[in-house]
Amino acid sequence: MHYLRLVFKNIFRHTLRSLLTIVGLVVAILAFGLLQTVVNAWYAGADMASANRLVTRNATSLVFSMPAYYRERIKAIDGVTAVAISNWFGGVYKDQTFKNFFATFAVDSDVFFDLYPEFKVKPDELLAFKRDQRGCMVGRLIADQHGFKVGDVIPMTSPIYGGGTWEFTVRGIYEPKDQTTVTRQMYFHWDYLNEQMKKRFPKRAEFAGVFIVQIADGSRAAEVSQAIDKEFRNSLAETLTETEKAFSLGFVAQTEAIVTAVKIVSFVVIVIIFAVVANTMAMTARERLAEYATLKALGFPPVFVASLIFGESVMISALGGAIGIALTFPVAAGFKAMMGTMFPVFYVTGQTVAMQATAALAVGVLAGVLPSIRAANVKIVDGLRYAG
Amino acid sequence: MNARQILVKIPFSYIFRNLWTRKVTTLLTAGGMALVVFVFAAVLMLDAGLKHTLVSTGSYDNAILLRQSSQTEIQSSVYRDQASLIETLPGIARDAEGNPQVSKEVLVLTQIPKRGSDKPQNVVVRGLPPIGVKLRPQVKLTDGRMFRVGSSEIVTGRSIAEGFEGVGIGQRLRFAGREWTVVGHFDGGKSGFDSEIWGDVEQMMQAFRRSTYSSVIVKLQDRDEFANLQQHINDDQRLILDVKREPAFYEEQSSSLSTFISVLGITLSVIFSIGAMIGAMITMYAAVANRTGEIGTLRALGFRRSSILAAFLAESVLLALVGGAAGLILASFLQAFTITTMNWQSFSQLAFGFYLTPAIVVKTMLFSVFMGLVGGFLPSVQAARLEIVDSLRAA
Repeated sequence: MHYLRLVFKNIFRHTLRSLLTIVGLVVAILAFGLLQTVVNAWYAGADMASANRLVTRNATSLVFSMPAYYRERIKAIDGVTAVAISNWFGGVYKDQTFKNFFATFAVDSDVFFDLYPEFKVKPDELLAFKRDQRGCMVGRLIADQHGFKVGDVIPMTSPIYGGGTWEFTVRGIYEPKDQTTVTRQMYFHWDYLNEQMKKRFPKRAEFAGVFIVQIADGSRAAEVSQAIDKEFRNSLAETLTETEKAFSLGFVAQTEAIVTAVKIVSFVVIVIIFAVVANTMAMTARERLAEYATLKALGFPPVFVASLIFGESVMISALGGAIGIALTFPVAAGFKAMMGTMFPVFYVTGQTVAMQATAALAVGVLAGVLPSIRAANVKIVDGLRYAG
Repeated sequence: MNARQILVKIPFSYIFRNLWTRKVTTLLTAGGMALVVFVFAAVLMLDAGLKHTLVSTGSYDNAILLRQSSQTEIQSSVYRDQASLIETLPGIARDAEGNPQVSKEVLVLTQIPKRGSDKPQNVVVRGLPPIGVKLRPQVKLTDGRMFRVGSSEIVTGRSIAEGFEGVGIGQRLRFAGREWTVVGHFDGGKSGFDSEIWGDVEQMMQAFRRSTYSSVIVKLQDRDEFANLQQHINDDQRLILDVKREPAFYEEQSSSLSTFISVLGITLSVIFSIGAMIGAMITMYAAVANRTGEIGTLRALGFRRSSILAAFLAESVLLALVGGAAGLILASFLQAFTITTMNWQSFSQLAFGFYLTPAIVVKTMLFSVFMGLVGGFLPSVQAARLEIVDSLRAA
């Protein structure tokens, strides 16, 4: 107990220096936590993927579509319980900035929301949506961002489908089931898109971007995927079926370089703060050499002397780390509000907090090693002579 | 010359030697700053590299025609009759035999596994006629030969050849229901073409079952003919097309990736620099505390408060400059690396490097001087405000 008090009092002998070091630690641990959260946000889609859903797409690449009649043939395959078409509409609302971006899909409206139980919809709103051909459902995140209410009309353009301005009426707002659910999408009727295509560009009608396939038993995913792909082998549009998770991770893999860079940089900040803390501890130890020699002359063992400076290093880091972790939550919330819909899912996980704590502790321990060895090895005569 | 004038400035060697005596502290503080500067410079270099890649992809003499309101070549489609009409437009360059310098191209995406991973990545496949190759003078064949018209042959860009599986000369790639033989590799001069696979346009259209072209590239007779060409296209009801100069088009292609890199990078640099400035502040406060007696002596000798302030500020700035230079040197080695990532706008992989420009060197050094000034300001003020008697007694 006495030891802890001594260490604690030592910290405040140089109030300004200790405070600055702690502030530095807070900033670094905070930045580290935010960067880890950004990395996690990247995997948001994959985290919400269900084991009971498969995605079937054109084997050549995602930009090629498949004939819409594949839906009936997939439905007939053993183990498949439901199939929904989903077309990436690429709608542009207002302008093409990240701030205004949200995903837009044309889907099979009668089954789509049954496939996604993580979207909580009000039954009356869902019914109103199904009845209105030009209706759409928007997620909570975009509803909050743009202030959409039921009955509002959203004008959009689509560089993919063209055809000037498309107008959709908001018929419902779906809520997320939990923190991992992404609600940055707008869904409207595939039938409506298809009708419009028939009128404007008949050659581009009756096509599906991907099929969302629900299967009865998640453990049979590989088998069912193979059965689906076999069904369309050697056809005009061969398919590739994978689990929803693999499909989402495929997207993440495309931007892997950026994720890796963010990960590396998040460790750089820890190294920077290590240099700062190590410097503080080295200076402190140098100044107190005479004191350490005195303690030794009084008969305290070297281990005790070393543990004084070591304990101080760890305690400063623990303080800075704790404040940094505590601040991560409000700052992450503020960051999310500021970035709009760019990161649809942005919350601090338990793992991130654990990593922050580990990093802070590691900095404290490593920064304390050299000064404490020096303190333990100081010769009484030299130390007393040294007027720090 | 009286004594006062001589003593106004504290010699630079005094400042330098102060840093030199406390090597460990100097090293740790400068090291922290070096890392911040490294991140700062790396981000600027990456953004410059991206811009450089896309600017060198386009030529100011060429114009690109796409379906109206499509932002990328992937989204666009140009009908055959429209493409033929374009050849008749005025302002388009012609060769000695009078053939128009017009390249009708098709662009599709396919997936190939990256080297060292089994995850397939989107890669651009461009089908083009021989004239299309001529319109890109920066593209040089490095290995093998060009693809032959009418055959299932392909050539790959440098980044594809280096970064992806199964694209060596003589190897076969399977996509669009066919086997394609790789017959050559080309160097696109650090342009976006390095990340593409090229083949014969008619073969590609058949294989991918496309009846329309993606884009049409034309060489202008004269670079000032652009406005004229644009006018003709707008006036012609049959051509529902957008026409852009190539450099402008390629710059648009990267705008969101570029914004993302700079916003992320600047935010990080600002946060990190707080840590480094605090490090400098701690060091400088300690320097002031350790040398209180010395400061008193200097003042007693006749140095002014302003000279003390300047000396400590200079020491802090010098510390930052050492860190900045080290960080910049470290960052310059990044030029050997290439990053491949997805460009969201074109939905395909794009390889680009780190590119160090004189402007970045200047910006980086200014940034480190700024860190040194901010970190050293308060401690220097403290040093300058010490009273002679008190500080001499403290020693």
